Amino acid sequence: MTQTTNSNTLIQTDRFILSEAEHAAIEHEMHHYEDPRAASIEALKIVQKARGWVPDGAADAIGEILGIPASDVEGVATFYSQIFRQPVGRHIIRVCDSMTCYVGGHESVVAEMHKQLGIGLGETTHDSRFTLLPVCCLGNCDKAPALMIDDDTFGDVQPDGVAKLLEAYV
Amino acid sequence: MSIKTLTSIGPANKIARSEESHPLTWRLRDDAQPVWLEEYQQKNGYAAARKALSEMAQADIVQTVKDSGLKGRGGAGFPTGVKWGLMPADESMNIRYLLCNADEMEPNTWKDRMLMEQLPHLLVEGMLISARALKAYRGYIFLRGEYVDAATNLNRAIEEAKAAGLLGKNILGSGFDFELFVHTGAGRYICGEETALINSLEGRRANPRAKPPFPAAVGVWGKPTCVNNVETLCNVPAIVGNGVDWYKSLARPESEDHGTKLMGFSGKVKNPGLWELPFGISARELFEDYAGGMRDGYTLKCWQPGGAGTGFLLPEHLDALMYAGGIGKVGTRMGTGLALAVDDSISMVSLLRNMEEFFARESCGWCTPCRDGLPWSVKILRALERKQGTQQDIDTLLGLVNFLGPGKTFCAHAPGAVEPLGSAIKYFRSEFEAGVASSAAPATTGQFVPA
Repeated sequence: MTQTTNSNTLIQTDRFILSEAEHAAIEHEMHHYEDPRAASIEALKIVQKARGWVPDGAADAIGEILGIPASDVEGVATFYSQIFRQPVGRHIIRVCDSMTCYVGGHESVVAEMHKQLGIGLGETTHDSRFTLLPVCCLGNCDKAPALMIDDDTFGDVQPDGVAKLLEAYV
Repeated sequence: MSIKTLTSIGPANKIARSEESHPLTWRLRDDAQPVWLEEYQQKNGYAAARKALSEMAQADIVQTVKDSGLKGRGGAGFPTGVKWGLMPADESMNIRYLLCNADEMEPNTWKDRMLMEQLPHLLVEGMLISARALKAYRGYIFLRGEYVDAATNLNRAIEEAKAAGLLGKNILGSGFDFELFVHTGAGRYICGEETALINSLEGRRANPRAKPPFPAAVGVWGKPTCVNNVETLCNVPAIVGNGVDWYKSLARPESEDHGTKLMGFSGKVKNPGLWELPFGISARELFEDYAGGMRDGYTLKCWQPGGAGTGFLLPEHLDALMYAGGIGKVGTRMGTGLALAVDDSISMVSLLRNMEEFFARESCGWCTPCRDGLPWSVKILRALERKQGTQQDIDTLLGLVNFLGPGKTFCAHAPGAVEPLGSAIKYFRSEFEAGVASSAAPATTGQFVPA
């Protein structure tokens, strides 16, 4: 169980235990590499896929399987931008902020999202429906501005299309 | 499997293409659906791999690629054959790796996505031939996590190839073993730097490594490793299959580089897109004939030839030829060859603020000039954007362009970040000067004082 206090400090009360499925998936990934450490990023992604984010205890649990210090796992977890070390919304909106999308007007799309959802970049809606994040060039530059919602990529996004885009993600 | 329109669909699917002139894209389908094994083989797929594995010695493949003049397509343009030649001759070093850099995150770059989504077998075949040449027994495709469809399609292509005996043990009866994995990343632009990519693949923070030793000597898990870009590897089958003479006939005679290149134009042009074109066409041809020029109501203010790390050029530079030396003549690098048009509605100060925010965010923090210098440039650009700059700000920015330039940082990240900044100030200095607050005190010294 996790709680968020007023000061926005996350208190994690339960002991973290990997599920059997997570454990098996991490073991499976390890065998694709010469060294188990190489599976650390994938292991974090496996935990995140099941839980939405990576709680504190995951570093210890993953480190134990891979035979590396928990501090190394934590170092990796905090380096990579797509590993979330705090709870996120049910859906992740990744807005491309490359200069091509800037030229295409992505800042007005972000402003429209702020208007509709009440959140800026790096924030999560109160109902935990959406988290809004910037992302490196999505490689959709002939259709700028581009964004992703979960695994879906959209191009030529304009502010007046934002409401309809968000509707499908409840 | 349901039919899904891939986001990489574009003009490359629609222009006239032939096997002789479009080695990378002639197999693309008009509907942009992925070309799976059966269709790929009907279109002569894996013929080059058969030739390489049954008729060619490993050294012959390396020599063929060397002779072709193929250069890396990831932006730096290092000769591929030379890179391959750096792998140790010592046969006892028999654990070797081939890594494909598929971490396409350079702003304004969308070429590898198309190849991997629509022609996954072309990359698999390119890696198979290259692995044979480099004596690599295992390969990894380091793919950025956001390319979900590319991951799906590459994994399916690998499964198809394994089932057909094109990957795995004793491939095509040649005695050569090669296994291939897709490794997906978790963000961070710096993973595209080849030694950072190796650290990331090993499950570490993606800080670049010191060079030397180069990856060919000490790479992933300390073993000889070659890292090549997706588009580079996709050139290999046609070079091996059709030969060096054919490959050298592809580019325009004016070009010193050989072959074709996926080139693009984006921004407020009429027909933004990606096309496979011969090296040596002029940027004007790309801009006017392919991209259709600017949309009505917009005029071209400046353009960037190939990604965020290349410098800005003016409309008068459009006559430059699209190859390394051609773009070099007008003062910057060709980079990825996917150009961006900046229109007259865009403020250069705001555009550079956006770009430096990106570079500052994506700095890995390993070396001081990059970690501290890039956020400093952002702070100044934000002030200039608000018209609250000081008299010294432009000199400070130029100082940063110097101090973060080539040879002064651990990797090419910071030099790439300041190249557009330096060129923007060079060509549009008055826009930066207009950001100085009208009440700002005049500079006490014109000199840049390091903090």
